[in-house]
Amino acid sequence: MTLQDKVWFITLVGIGGVALIFLYVIGQAGRSAEAVRIQRRADAVRRWFFLALLALGVGVTAATLAPFPIPNQHTAKQAPQVVKVVGHQWAWQLSSGPIKAGVPVEFQVTSADVNHGFGIYDGSGRLLAQTQAMPGITNRLVHTFTQPGKYRVLCLEYCGMIHHGMRVEFDVVGTMGGQP
Amino acid sequence: MTALYPDTEALTARERGALNLYLLSALGLFILLMAFGLTMRLAQSAWIAIAPNVFYQIMTAHGAGMVGTVGLASSAVMWFFLRKYVRLSLPIFVANYVFFMSGAALLLAATFIGKFGGAWTFLYPLPVHSMGLWSINAAAVFMLGYLLIGVGFLLFYLDAMFAIIRVYGNLGRALGLQWLFGGTIDKAHPGTVVASTMVIVVNSLGILGGAVVLVMSLINAYASDFVLDALFTKNLIYFFGHVFVNSSIYMAVIGVYELLPRYTGRPWSVSRPFLWAWAANTVLVLIVFPHHLLMDFAMPRWAMVIGQIASHAEGLPVFAVVAYGALTNIYRSGLGWRMPAMLAVLAMFGWAAGIVPAVIDGTISVNRVMHNTLWVPGHFHFYLLLGVLPMLLAFMYHLIGERADSPDSGRDRLGLAVYLLGGLTFVFMFLAGGHASVPRRYAVHVPEWMPYDQVAAIGAVLVVTAMLLFATRISRGLLKALPESHRSLNR
Repeated sequence: MTLQDKVWFITLVGIGGVALIFLYVIGQAGRSAEAVRIQRRADAVRRWFFLALLALGVGVTAATLAPFPIPNQHTAKQAPQVVKVVGHQWAWQLSSGPIKAGVPVEFQVTSADVNHGFGIYDGSGRLLAQTQAMPGITNRLVHTFTQPGKYRVLCLEYCGMIHHGMRVEFDVVGTMGGQP
Repeated sequence: MTALYPDTEALTARERGALNLYLLSALGLFILLMAFGLTMRLAQSAWIAIAPNVFYQIMTAHGAGMVGTVGLASSAVMWFFLRKYVRLSLPIFVANYVFFMSGAALLLAATFIGKFGGAWTFLYPLPVHSMGLWSINAAAVFMLGYLLIGVGFLLFYLDAMFAIIRVYGNLGRALGLQWLFGGTIDKAHPGTVVASTMVIVVNSLGILGGAVVLVMSLINAYASDFVLDALFTKNLIYFFGHVFVNSSIYMAVIGVYELLPRYTGRPWSVSRPFLWAWAANTVLVLIVFPHHLLMDFAMPRWAMVIGQIASHAEGLPVFAVVAYGALTNIYRSGLGWRMPAMLAVLAMFGWAAGIVPAVIDGTISVNRVMHNTLWVPGHFHFYLLLGVLPMLLAFMYHLIGERADSPDSGRDRLGLAVYLLGGLTFVFMFLAGGHASVPRRYAVHVPEWMPYDQVAAIGAVLVVTAMLLFATRISRGLLKALPESHRSLNR
């Protein structure tokens, strides 16, 4: 299950849950009950609802921020392989050399003109990772390719008329006999 | 129990004229801009052919126009209800409209005459780096258009701010901060004043941030030696953009606070959780904008952490106070389902449900694979199309309720069903596209992405059809004279 699949599943469950609650309350709206009693009960339920959401938030924060998901931008090279990336209107320039699967690679991403988005897609068209390409700034993205094969870079920040055509392919090779 | 149409909300002829200008213009603009949106989805579906530069001009006009128009219509809601509690200036309300329409004319001229296609976010240095597609002057006219709109809103907020201070002493008391930690809350303290104060505080700052970046960008356009920092300008743009859009939601929700209790017959008074929610939102809306910059790895780590935590925290007041409060208000209330009530409940659903994918996307590790895919327009269209727009329509249907012929007709209800079906189809296709990693803001889509576009285009046709019906009904109602029996209410 990819991260996108997990996000999609959680979203559908979340929206479905909200929809069910609304449908239940809408179904009850035509009946009448004393407002004060309803409000008192609702306030009591809300305390638990709020605490549950708070606990969920704290748990999600702890689980998703440690370790921090973005590499430190201020230390020396963080991966054995380095690829320098420059975005131009409307082409990508990648430093040459094969990228090895199973070995972390650091993409040092910048732009020669406007903002671009450096998005790495696998052969099936799934987005694996991204960072912004900005003039005057180098963003360092570290990724480990698990499979050899062809990968594509698409632009993920609107940059003008050929934004949609700004793409390039690169190869990831296996470390031994085509295997990572 | 408040009457559906209390005397305190009666309008003079001039006030009605001004309000009609706002609402009729907003309805016309919504339809035009929705047609732009439909055009883009049809083009991505390869069902119609338009040149990429034209696509991006339409995209720019759609984004800038929708953000502005939602703000315009929402400010009419805030004005309508806030003037019951404080004395607002009608000339300034009209001036805001004039500034807005002048700015909108400049935005449209820049995009369709000047061919500006730098997106509504005008990220530096794209406006001045068009590769020959538009001139510096076109970019400058676009930014001047924004500035004019900002000046109008700022005038409106300053007038409202002084009016609130005159009545409540200071903004803190208007927000109800004196009751956060104890004391007996004055149940008559209007939620409208609390919400308006929050909006005035945050959006005045947001607009000032926008003005700074616009003026800097204008100077840079004509003095290229005046070089800007791309990351700093991006921060300012997203600060301004995020605060402005959020403020529009919070202005529009005032209508739900005011109207829903009238249709349920139950009060929706301020409470300590309510006041905490608005106080918290005043802070959260101002600090959450770094969640737009989570893929700008050069951002300080603390800013990204704030962006994620504030994104998640911003959902709490909406879920646990606003949406929950609305549900409590209608639960077993004996509610009769009239159009304003149905639209208000739909709005609360759209807002709460749309926050789910938005909050998830505010998580850095998720953003890494969802940022700037169709997931993003998926979540913001969810709470704008199915949240804010129904809030505005609820207000408008309520307004015409005392004058239009059967505003609750089968046609209106059918229109609402079509709107809901079309809206859900439209936004879910964006989300499904995001799940499939389809990038946003692409004029041309590859064949494997097109099924999402094509289903979305059908959904968009339904939405536009329903909106045409709503706009026709509301426009007729707004322009119709009050029945004789109601005229005594008019001052």
